[in-house]
Amino acid sequence: MRWIRESFRRLRGVVRSDELEQGLDDEIRFHLEQQIAKHIKAGMAPEEARRQAYLKFGGVARTKESARDELRPVLLQDSLRDIRHGIRALRRAPGFTVVAILTLALGIGATTAVFTVVKGVVINPLPYPDADRLIVVQHWASGMNTKIPFTMSGAMLSTYTDENRTFQQLGVWSRTTASLSGGDAPEEVEGLRVSQGTLPALGVEPALGRWFAPGDHVRGAPDAVILLDGHWRRRYGADPKVLGREVLIDSRPHTIVGVMPEAFRFLTETPEILLPLRFEPAELTLGRTNHYGIARLKPGVTLEQAAADIARIIPIYLQNWPSFPGVDRSVFLRAHPVPAFVPLKDSVVGSAGEMLWVVMGTIGIALLIACANVANLVLVRAEGRRHEMALRSALGARRGRIARELLLENLILGLTGGALGVALAFGGLRLLATLAPRSIPRLQEVSLDPAVLGFALVLSLLSAVVFGCIPIVRHAGARLGHVLRGAGPSAGVSRERHRARNGLVVLQVGLAMVLLIASGLMIRTFAALRAVPPGFSEPNSVQIARLSIPAGEVADPDQVLRMQLGIRERVAAIAGVSAVSFAGREPMSKAPGRSVIMVEGRPETDEAVSGTQPIRWFRYVGPGFFRAVGTPVVAGREVTEADLLEHRAVAVISENLAREVFKDPEAAVGQRIRETGESPWREIVGVVGDIYDLGLQEPAPPIVYWPTLMEEFYGAPVQLQRAVTFAIRSPRAGSEALLSEIRSAVRTVSPNLALARVSTLGDVYDRSMAGTSFTLVMLALAGGMALGLGGLGIYGMIAYSVSLRTREIGIRTALGASRRGLEGMFVRHGLVLAVVGVIAGGAAAVGLTRLMGSLLFGTSPHDPAIFGLVALGLVGIATVASWLPARRAGRVDPMRTLRGE
Amino acid sequence: MTKERGDILQGTLDLLVLKALQLEPMHGWGITERIEQWSEQVLQVGQGTLYPALYRLERQEFIHSEWRVTENSRRARYYALTRSGRKQLEAELAQWRRNSRAVNQVLAATTP
Repeated sequence: MRWIRESFRRLRGVVRSDELEQGLDDEIRFHLEQQIAKHIKAGMAPEEARRQAYLKFGGVARTKESARDELRPVLLQDSLRDIRHGIRALRRAPGFTVVAILTLALGIGATTAVFTVVKGVVINPLPYPDADRLIVVQHWASGMNTKIPFTMSGAMLSTYTDENRTFQQLGVWSRTTASLSGGDAPEEVEGLRVSQGTLPALGVEPALGRWFAPGDHVRGAPDAVILLDGHWRRRYGADPKVLGREVLIDSRPHTIVGVMPEAFRFLTETPEILLPLRFEPAELTLGRTNHYGIARLKPGVTLEQAAADIARIIPIYLQNWPSFPGVDRSVFLRAHPVPAFVPLKDSVVGSAGEMLWVVMGTIGIALLIACANVANLVLVRAEGRRHEMALRSALGARRGRIARELLLENLILGLTGGALGVALAFGGLRLLATLAPRSIPRLQEVSLDPAVLGFALVLSLLSAVVFGCIPIVRHAGARLGHVLRGAGPSAGVSRERHRARNGLVVLQVGLAMVLLIASGLMIRTFAALRAVPPGFSEPNSVQIARLSIPAGEVADPDQVLRMQLGIRERVAAIAGVSAVSFAGREPMSKAPGRSVIMVEGRPETDEAVSGTQPIRWFRYVGPGFFRAVGTPVVAGREVTEADLLEHRAVAVISENLAREVFKDPEAAVGQRIRETGESPWREIVGVVGDIYDLGLQEPAPPIVYWPTLMEEFYGAPVQLQRAVTFAIRSPRAGSEALLSEIRSAVRTVSPNLALARVSTLGDVYDRSMAGTSFTLVMLALAGGMALGLGGLGIYGMIAYSVSLRTREIGIRTALGASRRGLEGMFVRHGLVLAVVGVIAGGAAAVGLTRLMGSLLFGTSPHDPAIFGLVALGLVGIATVASWLPARRAGRVDPMRTLRGE
Repeated sequence: MTKERGDILQGTLDLLVLKALQLEPMHGWGITERIEQWSEQVLQVGQGTLYPALYRLERQEFIHSEWRVTENSRRARYYALTRSGRKQLEAELAQWRRNSRAVNQVLAATTP
């Protein structure tokens, strides 16, 4: 308590010292004048009086200086001196200082970089006001055999909007592609169609113009479009007078009514334009849940209350709307939809959150290892300085003062390491942004901010305390007699003095064990994923690109088909192209259609009971698509040009579906299926290999491949895929040369068509593994660092132990100990530490790797092979790391060491 | 810390200053005069140590200073005892008496 009061006083001294300082001059002058006056009064000559007065006073400058010393805030002054002292001490040991600072900088930098990402992506991912009130509106078909939630329909939006009591806003949206023409070059861009409540729910006002008005959502009204900032800058050069301008989208004039601000993001989507979603009330039915729902809760309303509210409304919805054409209402009733709302944040962050926390934990462990390493260095240094410390305390330095100096030295190390670490983090973030998978939302936007800098500062201070406290506790109060008597640093080492360092080495090995096991599990996961045949072959030689022919451009479906086939023919003629076709979407793409199918001659699959039938994936393919992407045809044949041109009712199914329903792929060919009870039967003409459409970690889904042009599909007279993905197999895939040849081939068919989302199937494949690769790289980096530091820790420990025990070694040698025996003694020491560390680390890993279970594939979190290999590897490295310095023990010359003492 | 010229016993300057201020507030020169006068010119206060001592005592809040005008209308800094200064004075006096008695007893002892 007393020192607190004292500090306050001194602090006040800082404030008051200016005033006192000034007074000091006046005061001394006054004093001298009084003295002179007294002397004169006593009869002295003025000159003599002045001389005597100054003489008696005794050095004006010195008096001022020592008075000032009393004024100065002593603590601060001492601290400054200590800091200077500390820096000098560190500069005297440049090797130690550089290694310590670099180790810390690496640890702090990596942790800061990953924390920045975690903060930006997981903690704070939604750039919307009151984002915690935003939820995803979706449902479970609790009466159906499906694990996947289904989304929203126009009919649901209408009923929910009218009846709900818990939403402030409710909107639905879906993805679209839009052809922009009329400018210099035709272009195809990604866009979103949004219903009226969507933008108000997000709550981000446009930078220019307005949101969509109710009138924009009415069919037949003039078409409106809102631009996103990127599109506005790219295509319009950020022209502020862009509002009201007309632009041709899908060959129809649209008026630009708004521009969203630069910071606006639509969840994890990357649209360039927003279009109003339009529902015709007369056409709304049950089913058609093709839109994503998003809602903003009223203030104070919980997710559960909202779910209860909608659960109340769902029966009204089921009753109010006509059933889907060809499907009995009872199917929908039996599906028994219930709300499955989740916070928007969870939905956006998704699995990226878990992955990032694992990476964060990993890097945190690496930082801990780095701290242990520096603590070890500091300990070694402190051992070497015991003599100095003891001498100083013998000369009267107080224990607290020595402790303060040691602490300051560590703080200097910690803060310098931290500053360097922040610089590293800054660079590391750039690296992370290129390394990390696209599935991590908003990664491009994360940046260092005050909160992150604060985090780095706290981290630096904490690290300094962690690695700094042990030596302080051990050495500030070194009993001087004890040390001085020991005649310097080469005196014998007591067991007790080694305990802290042994503990640190065990800690390092243990943590390294945890990290290496985690890395090993990720490597196994990666290998297991690479081993999964994705269902297509040599994806890197498959060029893919989207191409859409809007109704405004060409209305007649058959003509669109002929254009698509024409493009296919022209592209096939390009040199080096071995196969080309198109499909509704490329494999592994988002959001395929899903529904049940009915099988001819299987009444149990009829609509009356179809509510209990499993859900199948629907995709749409053109002729020869499977040959182009390299999916084997297991039985029968692919869809052909003739099937499409003659509108034949055919289908292809995946092998797992064929086995499930027909037992055998061969048996499936010739069978007939349909999507509703009123549709024509469609003949299965072929069975193809399974494709891991949901990603390699998920089982391959059962898929029905319909032709891109069909009659009477879900009651529509003709269904056509106007937007298709072309897949072009060529060794030149991915090259600009091939692309420009493809573009000119497209141009010969129509000059108004543009390619969009150009990439290769290999990119799609890599993206499906991006999360795993990223985690793997991060874990491997941390694991490698841990391995290096752990090995270094053991090496340093043994080397130091050897150097301290040279005298003992000399005596042992003199008494006849063999060289091999001496080496063995030190190697055993290292091995004991390693084994204890491995056992402790293994035990910790058993608990910790369970946390990363969801990231693993094809391996158990407790894979004995990995545990065993890592343990063996660590012990092996520990052996080498102890043997290298132990050899020196064998080479000790007994005569010299004994004489040297 | 205190560098003595030998004319005042080490450690007693603070006590003397506090004692000098016991009756009334005084300026620095007045304090030296008062001490010299009371000690019948035996104790010479070195100003080089007086002012650091004053500042130290002020920092410890045993005394408190303010600028005032002297009787011949000069500006001077006057020091006065604070409440904790009076307590400190009593404590130091008691301590001094104990010590001096002990020292005297030692000095008065006859060799056996």
